[in-house]
Amino acid sequence: MIKLFDVAEVIRSKNSGPYELTFDIMFKDQSVFEDFAARNIMTPAVFAKLYGIDESQIMSVIAFAPSKAVKITIARPISSGALGEKDVYGAQQHGPLLNFEYS
Amino acid sequence: MREFRVLSPTAILGYGFPAASFEEGIRRKPHVIAVDAGSTDPGPYYLGSGKSFTDRGAVKRDMEYMLTAAMAEGIPVIVGSAGGAGADSHLTWNVEIVKEIAKEKGLSFKMAEISAQMDKNLVKKKLDEGKLVQMKAAPMPTAKDIEDSTNIVAQMGHEPIIAALEAGAQVILTGRAYDPTVFAALAIKEGYDAGLALHMGKILECAAIASTPGSGSDCMFGYLRDDCFELATLNSVRKCTTTSVAAHTLYEKSDPARLPGPGGTLDLTQTTFEQASDSTVIVRGSRFIPDNGSYHVKLEAAKLLGHRTVSFAATADPIMISQLDGIVKAVKERVHNNFDNTIGEFFLDFKVYGQNGASFYSKNQNQPTEAAIIIEAIAETPQLADTICSFARSTLLHFGYEGRKSTAGNLAFPFSPSDFHGGAVYEFSLYCLMAVDNPCKHFPMKIYDLKEGAVS
Repeated sequence: MIKLFDVAEVIRSKNSGPYELTFDIMFKDQSVFEDFAARNIMTPAVFAKLYGIDESQIMSVIAFAPSKAVKITIARPISSGALGEKDVYGAQQHGPLLNFEYS
Repeated sequence: MREFRVLSPTAILGYGFPAASFEEGIRRKPHVIAVDAGSTDPGPYYLGSGKSFTDRGAVKRDMEYMLTAAMAEGIPVIVGSAGGAGADSHLTWNVEIVKEIAKEKGLSFKMAEISAQMDKNLVKKKLDEGKLVQMKAAPMPTAKDIEDSTNIVAQMGHEPIIAALEAGAQVILTGRAYDPTVFAALAIKEGYDAGLALHMGKILECAAIASTPGSGSDCMFGYLRDDCFELATLNSVRKCTTTSVAAHTLYEKSDPARLPGPGGTLDLTQTTFEQASDSTVIVRGSRFIPDNGSYHVKLEAAKLLGHRTVSFAATADPIMISQLDGIVKAVKERVHNNFDNTIGEFFLDFKVYGQNGASFYSKNQNQPTEAAIIIEAIAETPQLADTICSFARSTLLHFGYEGRKSTAGNLAFPFSPSDFHGGAVYEFSLYCLMAVDNPCKHFPMKIYDLKEGAVS
């Protein structure tokens, strides 16, 4: 198993506007990125399972070669700052990705 | 080959910059000093309440440098999304700061203020005409959402700023504006490619965040040419690398290759990043694709929900921590049971740090030795929020859970008083697109001569 934690340079989350959360995985190594992207390791179904959310909440999974990155965007559980908010900027929702492993 | 130079002093007006970086930027003879002051990131409070999320003293410090240098060099200063959220009250707040500086420093210039505040009746009319377009993930606005909103703003494109430049403004403060426009407007006016100008603006709007090591409080410099643009840092500890610049392209955006904005989409599918020197990067191939036959601006608004009171507490008891979910649930039920239907509507939440106080999607599987609990009550009046928070706190303090050994009190309070007023609570109420007939129509400009701080 390959640990995402080991092969990624950056794993982060952030609001993309008040209604979306976006996650960036930037790889250290071009070939690891290409392998990850080419084999479609991160799909909406995989991310939904990792985050315990419904697949309908996933808005996009996009590989972006210039940054050796895979980007996942989801609907926010609530709009930023609404009742029940835990993370107004959305900057600390990357935890489950830190533990992600793939073969 | 001609070249258009832009100095971006800081990521957000008020975040600051080293004087040495700024002075190096001025030595490179920029055609414009531009800064973006805005973001929805800090949440709905600032837009809803009309208050700035940056500090007045810090904003004044940044603007003093910019205005003094710009007047000495005879170049324009453009500030976008003044006061953070860009409603009229934010714009006025920033204009007052400019007037104060002009008076203190004896500066005189032609000033333009461009409003981005949208009238509720206009937005309702647009709703009735079917000219509001839902954004993915956000709800379709209703007439009630519009009515309930305290401030509605729209993100302007570069056109109203170009109008202010054409009118001779040397200092331009705008209400809510699409972030890249303040950097791109003058270049587009002078005939540079809009795709390259806007992409350069998209990167410059966060200043040195796009360099490595990144910083939100240091300057960046952009050189726009006819077929490319080049980004440079102004502080020798930072470098622009293809990785740092390309990484920034991802930041806070859903799709890194297609960035929709006022009047069209910035298409980065053909964009290339080239390391031009040790610390500069050249970007090519970015294109602006105008929308076909329509022009949309993004609306943002917030509405008042109530008032917040919070209490900070913690527990170091392993028996209590092992049962916290159940205890919190039982306390909530007790509060609702005590007050329901008799006292008014309220919202009560417990944020349990050490467990999942910060995380929406995961929970600590190991039992922490301590857990912090924030009790949060939101109600229509501050008094009711106080009542709910106080009652929830005392109920949790003395709650008799299963197997309790520590019977003198369940909570450690770091402060006396234990409860704090969090002020008014707002929620985003509109986030959609609005079709407009003319990019300048709903962004009225005031232009006047400012002689040493006085309007003449």
